[in-house]
Amino acid sequence: MHHVVLERWSRRSSALHRADPRAKIAILVVFLVVLATAHRDVALFAAGSAVLLCGASVWARLPLAAVVMRAAVVLPFSLAFAAVCWMAGDAQRGLQLAAKSYLSALAVLLLVSTTALPRLLRGLESLGAPRFLLMVAQFLYRYLFVTSEEAQHMAKAAQSRGATAAGMAKRQARFRAAAGALAVLFARSYGRAGEIHRAMAARGFQGHFETLTPLRFRSIDALIAVTGSLAPVALRLAIERLS
Amino acid sequence: MQPLIEVCGLHYAYDDGTLALRGVNFRLDPGESVALLGANGSGKTTFVLHLNGLLGGGDDPQPHVAVCGLPLTRANLGLVRRKVGLVFQDSDNQLFMPTVLEDVAFGPLNLGKSPAEAIEVARHALATTGMAEAEERAPYHLSAGEKKRVALAGILAMDPEILVLDEPTTFLDPPGQRSLAELLRNLPQAKIVVTHDTAFARSVCTRAVFFQRGAVVADGRIEEVVERFRWDPYLANSRSER
Repeated sequence: MHHVVLERWSRRSSALHRADPRAKIAILVVFLVVLATAHRDVALFAAGSAVLLCGASVWARLPLAAVVMRAAVVLPFSLAFAAVCWMAGDAQRGLQLAAKSYLSALAVLLLVSTTALPRLLRGLESLGAPRFLLMVAQFLYRYLFVTSEEAQHMAKAAQSRGATAAGMAKRQARFRAAAGALAVLFARSYGRAGEIHRAMAARGFQGHFETLTPLRFRSIDALIAVTGSLAPVALRLAIERLS
Repeated sequence: MQPLIEVCGLHYAYDDGTLALRGVNFRLDPGESVALLGANGSGKTTFVLHLNGLLGGGDDPQPHVAVCGLPLTRANLGLVRRKVGLVFQDSDNQLFMPTVLEDVAFGPLNLGKSPAEAIEVARHALATTGMAEAEERAPYHLSAGEKKRVALAGILAMDPEILVLDEPTTFLDPPGQRSLAELLRNLPQAKIVVTHDTAFARSVCTRAVFFQRGAVVADGRIEEVVERFRWDPYLANSRSER
């Protein structure tokens, strides 16, 4: 199952995994702000940021190639906007947009790959993130995988009855099949999500994920937060001063 | 003797108007193990969902259901869920945490136990169900029988007085069914088992309640109920499902 990869990564052991999620969230926020507001020498800053993020991935003992590939999931979207910029005669802005979205995705991926979801949500909660938003996030996370599993089962069932892409080569047939499958997928996922919610409620779930390892902000976490936040700031200042 | 569960004249209709329960009366005493039998759609699962406050809740008290003397109200919901442990038919819907230990500790943490206490009761529950070695494993890597045991451990960790199992033998092979039956027989809690598997029901329960179209139509010794409704699947002249 594809969805377990991130969960597995987040359960590895490294200094970054052990760091308090609040320290990592703070670093992420600083990085995203510094990246989003960078306008001069963006290419150089992007390259430097990529090195920093890849270095952090290696430090966290994550498979670098797989992490880099996974972050590319945002590229189809950002490249579409980049293409619009290019067609409007601003190719450089388009490239910056693509680079910034990719690096943002890489940074977010680094956070979720080094922080188990319950701890991440606890961290966000203790930083004052709206409870309702966190509830939506945790259920989205759970139900997204439910939908994905249901879709995989349906695809296998269709294949076992001889469905092939070639067999549905006609656009109209493909559209009908996809529309029907989507409707069934929604109905099945909705039913299963209800079952899961009941199972959670039956075990006393009241909209708040408790964790076995309570959050403790230690001095090492403060050091990581300060160092990690200063790194992109220092990088940008250095590049802007040199140029 | 105060019954563990007392249900009087329970009616329930789903939002689409389907009348699922029609005046169900039921009583469970301490130490009893009761099988709920009946055709698909006869209301067995709808009934057990009420026992845990998962259906028919709302702000108004549910006057028809009492668990350990507590009427089922929103205020009592937490206490009722602590007393009634519900093991769902599909263990995959129940197991969602990344490791077995975390999943089993999910309930105790929700009940307000400290992480250390939750780990202790989770480990004890895993040992009771024979899954102590699996605490660091991911639930999705377990076999169907192991998942069922972990799901049961997740409920036992909440220290319930009543165990409710919905189709516990689904997905289990014969050795898995045998081993689950043996495990259940050795647990001290009162049990309600929703099942079509009469052999399993006989090995765990002494009493059976038969549901038909949302109503209880028989309540007595399991052999008598099975015989009366010819509910053994492979006996000559057994009734087909309606």
